[in-house]
Amino acid sequence: MKVAYYPGCSLHATARAYDESIRAIAGPVGLELEEIDDWNCCGATAYMNVNEIMSFALTARNLALAAKTGLPVVSPCSACYTNLRKTEKYLSEFPSIKSKVDQALAAGGVRYDGGVVTKHFLQTIVEDVGLDKVRSLLKHPLTGIKVAPYYGCQIVRPYGIQQNGEEPVMFERLIEALGATAVPYAMKTVCCGGSLMGTREKVALRLCRNILLCAQQAGADCIAVTCPLCQMNVDTYQGRVNDAYGTSFRIPVVYFSQLMGLAFGLDAKAIGLYRGEVPATALLATGT
Amino acid sequence: VTSAEPTVLYERSLDLDLLSEISHVPGIEKVRDCIQCGTCSGSCPVSWAMEDTPRKVFALIRAGMRERVLDGTAIWTCASCYQCGARCPRKIKITDVMYALKRRAIRENRKHSRAAQALSRSFVRVVSKYGRNHETALMAEFLMRARPFSALRELPVGVKLMAQGRLPLGGQRVRDIDGLRRIIAKAEELGGEE
Repeated sequence: MKVAYYPGCSLHATARAYDESIRAIAGPVGLELEEIDDWNCCGATAYMNVNEIMSFALTARNLALAAKTGLPVVSPCSACYTNLRKTEKYLSEFPSIKSKVDQALAAGGVRYDGGVVTKHFLQTIVEDVGLDKVRSLLKHPLTGIKVAPYYGCQIVRPYGIQQNGEEPVMFERLIEALGATAVPYAMKTVCCGGSLMGTREKVALRLCRNILLCAQQAGADCIAVTCPLCQMNVDTYQGRVNDAYGTSFRIPVVYFSQLMGLAFGLDAKAIGLYRGEVPATALLATGT
Repeated sequence: VTSAEPTVLYERSLDLDLLSEISHVPGIEKVRDCIQCGTCSGSCPVSWAMEDTPRKVFALIRAGMRERVLDGTAIWTCASCYQCGARCPRKIKITDVMYALKRRAIRENRKHSRAAQALSRSFVRVVSKYGRNHETALMAEFLMRARPFSALRELPVGVKLMAQGRLPLGGQRVRDIDGLRRIIAKAEELGGEE
């Protein structure tokens, strides 16, 4: 299956491991990733604070470029995913926004007529690749590993992967298909704080501490994530959470695509396993 | 909120226009439908850090307490996680309302808005330059704008990320950067509120 791949900016920098692991597992699962030519930033949440038409226009340019490929878009970053889905919806529902965005695009010689379907990479794996295919590729089933699936916020909200965002199970099903155990815990769809780690650090640290605490109490060996910012907040700032709360968390935070790579027997380096702050090497021992 | 603050405002100090100021936001009129049930505040993962919770913010808007809304901490505590709006029984697009209030407050250079302003401005500047977010440049610029005197505290984080190969020095530039800049400029002009 061929898809239009929209990595987003983080996957070329702080979330490089996400990109590396996605590219490593794409071949085995039968996905051909055609990177959208000349894509730009989605605007994240920062643009919405300044000017909402700028935010919609940035994303609409990406949708227009994707439309040229005629392929469904796959986005691994939850923030990009939300912007793509929200922009598509607002352009079709609100003519006042559409006419302004059309004018802005025209200034750059771009035109978008709508209709692009965007999926999060997790959805592509579960819905399009299918879990039977995933199971058929297991070389080192993750037997005995307890994983806390952390959906984060964006992909299970109004523009998200399912109609009702309250009790998603897609992630758990994937983890079980890899041979691991998905542990239930209360924080799986509660926000990590996102960019508040920069603007209101104490608030974000408390959210991350709650995620880590609940995952630890559930007996998780690691937390699996679907978003670059979640990975960075819960992993890179784990030490600062410990400093602030007098805790001693040391829970690896990995992308679900890295878990897939491990289970498929891929080289740990090829899936960026050493790019995290809390070492994920303990996961290697069980799989092999 | 201190005990000295009046809980009753005189009519002349009320400002009932805040809703109409942000009336271009689709669905904003639904704020009038709010039944004050508090599902938003109860669902919000960060309402504990707000002086006025989301439910109160809606009450304050309708009561004409414009200053308190725009100078409050609620809008800057909102992480845009969409949980409130997903559960609102009146289907108010609460995150969109919060965004509109943030834009207002930034334009008026309100209390507590400094860090968010620094982040947004740095982000917009980096994206205008490259077309993509050059995270290394963004972090550096944001810190210098937001808290120049404690920016060095973040150095160890930067060093670690760099050692992990996650903070490239060079940025990637969009090929059609001129076209993109024209789109951004036009959008800025058309989206300039009110």
